[in-house]
Amino acid sequence: MRIARFLAAAVLLAPVTGFAADTDVTIVIRDHKFEPAEVKVPAGKKVKLVIDNQDATAEEFESHDLNREKVIPGKSRGSVLVGPLKPGKYAFFGEFHEATAKGVIVAE
Amino acid sequence: MLGAAIIVFRETLEAALLISVVAAATRSLDHRTRWLGIGLASGVIGSLVVAGCMDTIANVADGIGQDLFNALVLGAAVCMLGWHNVWMARHGAEMASNARDVARSVHEGRRELSAIAVVIALAVLREGSETALFLFGMASGGELAMPAILSGGVLGLAAGAGLGYGMYRGLVRIPLRRLFSVTSVLILLLAAGMAGQSARFLIQADVLPGMVTPLWDTSNILPINSPVGSFLHILIGYDARPSATQVIFYATVALVILAGMRWARPRRVLAA
Repeated sequence: MRIARFLAAAVLLAPVTGFAADTDVTIVIRDHKFEPAEVKVPAGKKVKLVIDNQDATAEEFESHDLNREKVIPGKSRGSVLVGPLKPGKYAFFGEFHEATAKGVIVAE
Repeated sequence: MLGAAIIVFRETLEAALLISVVAAATRSLDHRTRWLGIGLASGVIGSLVVAGCMDTIANVADGIGQDLFNALVLGAAVCMLGWHNVWMARHGAEMASNARDVARSVHEGRRELSAIAVVIALAVLREGSETALFLFGMASGGELAMPAILSGGVLGLAAGAGLGYGMYRGLVRIPLRRLFSVTSVLILLLAAGMAGQSARFLIQADVLPGMVTPLWDTSNILPINSPVGSFLHILIGYDARPSATQVIFYATVALVILAGMRWARPRRVLAA
């Protein structure tokens, strides 16, 4: 019981005690494509990518370069924290529609 | 169709490899198959439920509900796998020699098998809910005709399950005495890998700091999306660009389980 209560408290408090991102950047998914497909972010800072999936179907935001993956259900948003990044290009894609959903993050 | 098959294959493979390892590790326990079946069935039902309410889960806690959910599911699986290894450290030798007290082992074996059923259910739940969400999307988006989606799904499922079964057949060829040592090492690394993954979900949700990111970068030597890289990712939690926090989670879980196994080991085996 005590463990369960501790876990519940940890989960509830976690977002409050989180380590806030420096910048928010929104990426829209429409017709299984990312808009914008090239996203500029500041290097050396934590960035919260807000992925706004406007399609009716789910997409999985994935990036090997950034070591991130997250399913975004249809008609909803999800956030993914990245960085601080070194200057450079980081490719990402939508795993569920890999042929069209491609993009790159440029940290500078 | 091939696209659908590949995605279903990837998700199936993760669960199938885990099931093959725990199935081999519980090989000589009575009623094992029934418990594995219970775990599998609850995982499939659970994944449909989770896929159905993924929108709700995703929007909890300002868009990070799903990361918290994944981290919790992985954390629970890590605990069960750790408990299994500690249990095996105590009972593995008697199981292998068959010199066991039947009455006690029936009772204790049931507890052990229910932990294994939970592990399987959690693994299937995690991979299955993503697969279901993907297939629902394909079906409702009208990108592909239903027969193509279904045949792709079945093909991917069969390929993933087939590889898992192949791994199981390979494992059970190992003599019982050695088999439990092999599966204990595999499960130790599986659990550590899952702990590392759960840390990654908490980092991308901004709940934990990633600290040094990445701690190393081996994506030129062994990319995570290469066949060997993704196989090692599933089995031992290999990551080409892990953050320091992930590595700390990995190492801590591995050490805690090892310590538990050492503590649980019967004295007479140490003397032998």
